[in-house]
Amino acid sequence: MITVSSLLDDHWYERYKKISRLNIRSSIYDVTNRCNLRCKGCFFFSSGEHEVAAEENDVDKWYGFVEKEMERGVNLAILIGGEPTLCLDRVEAFYKKLPTFCATNGLIKVPRDRFPDMMVGLSLWGDEEDEKILRGKDTFKISSGNYEGDPHAYYLYTITPKQLGKTEQIIRKIRDVGLKVHIQLLSNDEEVDGFSWQPDELVAVREEMDDMLDAYPETMISSRYYHEIITTGKMLDRSFGWLECPSVTEPLDKREPRPKRLTNFIRWSSDLKTMHRCCTSETRDCSTCKDGAAHMSWVMVNKRAHIKTSKDLQNWIEVYEMFAKLYQFIPW
Amino acid sequence: MTNDINKTITRIAEIIINELKLEDITPETFDADLDLVDEVGIDSMDLATVVLVLRDEYGVRIDEDDYPKLTTVRIIAGYINDKLSGSE
Repeated sequence: MITVSSLLDDHWYERYKKISRLNIRSSIYDVTNRCNLRCKGCFFFSSGEHEVAAEENDVDKWYGFVEKEMERGVNLAILIGGEPTLCLDRVEAFYKKLPTFCATNGLIKVPRDRFPDMMVGLSLWGDEEDEKILRGKDTFKISSGNYEGDPHAYYLYTITPKQLGKTEQIIRKIRDVGLKVHIQLLSNDEEVDGFSWQPDELVAVREEMDDMLDAYPETMISSRYYHEIITTGKMLDRSFGWLECPSVTEPLDKREPRPKRLTNFIRWSSDLKTMHRCCTSETRDCSTCKDGAAHMSWVMVNKRAHIKTSKDLQNWIEVYEMFAKLYQFIPW
Repeated sequence: MTNDINKTITRIAEIIINELKLEDITPETFDADLDLVDEVGIDSMDLATVVLVLRDEYGVRIDEDDYPKLTTVRIIAGYINDKLSGSE
């Protein structure tokens, strides 16, 4: 039997031991059905998820709901939308009790006197031109002003095919405002012309992401293995898709055989009762899904499959570390 | 008593090998003191799978709060034997 320590030198083994018992149990929460942007390609609106259920407006019910989620073993609340900062009382219900991550477009600044160390992920979909096409405005100008130098914020940069050859200018802009960046790829749920990935573009963007990681290791929270997985959709000769995805809402998961998956994971609607199928859109074709968190989780839940060679296990460690940093389980 | 615990250790090792499909190891050669997380690389989902089988086989309830304590086969065997003898 291959053991962990037989594959790792002291340095890597120490890194492994720092994450091996974290036991992260996340769930995802729609805080509201409303947003102050309407981005083309936002799965929440394009798949009609904002109309699935009415919002729960009683803040006391949000507090009670969070208590029940904690009883279910959740130790990381990932807040998405609509736009969570439109409903800060609901965000606070999570933040007061649980490690909380808030995804936002950054147009509204999370008040740091109220949420001093809540991790904030700022969505960014490209350069000024792409942002205007897809989101109607250049959000970076506003979000970078709101969060410059904030140690508990980072950019979640969704790269589009139009960004090929242009990512460095974005990474540099983010570095220059003293923030970190994590990258993922646009899934183009609304099939905006020219924004769907072609095979040669995926090869090129992988190379570009690798180059950026080499050039900006202090700014990029990423790994080469993650780049490989997200651009090829392959992990250890397995293909990402419905039968492999780890981020399916557990009570709705009837897959047989059941794949390795996130324990107790649920994505809740903002009525606090309705469950969505998975961490992204129910209408998305899983075989083309580029969701970064789903791909990271796919690696993370398949640890023992990576206990084959030193390189495989090191790859797993790097991806797990990325996730743990992005959600503040370990420092940057 | 020693016999009992050794039998339990071997059976638990067998369950872990079967459930987790571990290769190149037998219940007899499984080191009962090997750390299951730091060396075998099992995660909480693996442990939950093993716990279900143990519950069915031994008829003992293993609280999720106790999972972090169950770090080796020997410790799991001791935990089960304590439960069976009613000392916990």
